[in-house]
Amino acid sequence: MGPLAALPFSLAPFPTEVPGPAQGPVIPDFGGGGCPDDATFCWSWVRENWGSQLVPHLVQHIYITAIAVVIGLVISLAAAVLAYRLSWFEKGFMAFSTVLYTIPALAFFLFFVPITGLSLLTVEIGLVGYTFLLLFRNTLTGLRSVPPGAMAAAAGMGMTPREIFLRINLPLAVPSIMAGARVATVTVISLATIAADVTPLGLGELIFTALHTVFRTELIAAGALAILLALVADALLVLAQRAATPWIRVRRGRTT
Amino acid sequence: MSFWTQVGQFFVHNYALLLSEAGHQIVLALLAVCTATAIALPIGVTVGHLHRWSFLAISGGNALRALPTLAIVAVGIGIYGLGYVNIWVALVVLALPLILTNTYVAVDGVSPEMVEAATGMGMNAWQIVTRVELPSAVPLIMAGIRTATVYVIATAYLAGFAGSPGTLGDIITNPGSYQLAGVLAASVVAVALAFLAELLLGVAQRALTPRGLSYLRDDNHPTPDAPPTTTAASAAA
Repeated sequence: MGPLAALPFSLAPFPTEVPGPAQGPVIPDFGGGGCPDDATFCWSWVRENWGSQLVPHLVQHIYITAIAVVIGLVISLAAAVLAYRLSWFEKGFMAFSTVLYTIPALAFFLFFVPITGLSLLTVEIGLVGYTFLLLFRNTLTGLRSVPPGAMAAAAGMGMTPREIFLRINLPLAVPSIMAGARVATVTVISLATIAADVTPLGLGELIFTALHTVFRTELIAAGALAILLALVADALLVLAQRAATPWIRVRRGRTT
Repeated sequence: MSFWTQVGQFFVHNYALLLSEAGHQIVLALLAVCTATAIALPIGVTVGHLHRWSFLAISGGNALRALPTLAIVAVGIGIYGLGYVNIWVALVVLALPLILTNTYVAVDGVSPEMVEAATGMGMNAWQIVTRVELPSAVPLIMAGIRTATVYVIATAYLAGFAGSPGTLGDIITNPGSYQLAGVLAASVVAVALAFLAELLLGVAQRALTPRGLSYLRDDNHPTPDAPPTTTAASAAA
């Protein structure tokens, strides 16, 4: 019985045995694969973490992007329809979305943390904010670019202004809207990686985890996957654009 | 002490830091935009002049545009490491497609009659490019450079992750040390820089537009075949 026994509290929660110095070099473990930590790229890490890390984060990234683009599209469409009639609203919304667009994305996400916490909502608010400029401008340009002849013809056929808007302006604006949606989607994919510094979600989470350890395989794998996702999304939206506007193929149309 | 007082105090106490970081950010952005212009302009002008291999400018530009900047930084760290080169490359990739697409569209859209007239006057290909096509393409090319500069300034803070200290990114990527007030102050400076660049380049665009094309100075004038996403870009200011 040493003098410690006289203490009024127990030392039990503290480790009684201090571990000695580690035997041999400490090998950092970056999550399997048995990769040397100075390897530039190590396939076995990718194989080992494909199902458990890469794919779930990729799927999460796609979800985050889809939610932001759909919400952004709905709000921008409504705003563009309003701006089509009210010029003061057009100027106001345009200035608002331009300022939003120039705010450094990371700061934007950070500002909402005190209000909405470290949540998906924080990320989505930021991402939706960045879609406005691209989607609103393109939708409005599309609505305005309808040839006056087409509208005059529709009016001559007895269409009401409401019918003209829904059946002439809106369909003819689809290519422009789709072009905007395409740029907005790749932008959101890009910004969603940055958002992961605030709320760990999506492929950005893997990038930031690796950024703090500088484990190069994870950096390259997660980054390459984000790049691949953006390219595939871009290509799929081109196909969707063509499918939605079969009449464009007749002219030698320029992609935006 | 309210949040806004903190922001104000951050400005007062750290104006020297903010100024020096803003300066570094301007230099980095200038370097990236100039590099991107040096690469994109010759390609865009060549493809536009020849009216051939347009996929190079259009599809290439679209593909480059899709690349997430942080992913380029991340892959870059894995391949060529942290540092100035890393953020430089990432920002060049960001700016390049905007300038390339606009240059191609502008030069390709110069009216064939004008080029024909120039040929009839005995101009050779080089003269046509430098005296006819480039001057007419100035408004759109400058619009592309303007948009690219705004994007680059708004994104240059990623230097904080790319291991290149000195820019406003030091503060923006480090809320742990500088608090939210510091991040807000640095962001305000970044936004101000973006708008300042937009304003100055707008003046440069007007100055560079040949007098014969002055009708294009009217912003409402439809630019020939201009894709809506690149021409009217950043219409504020």
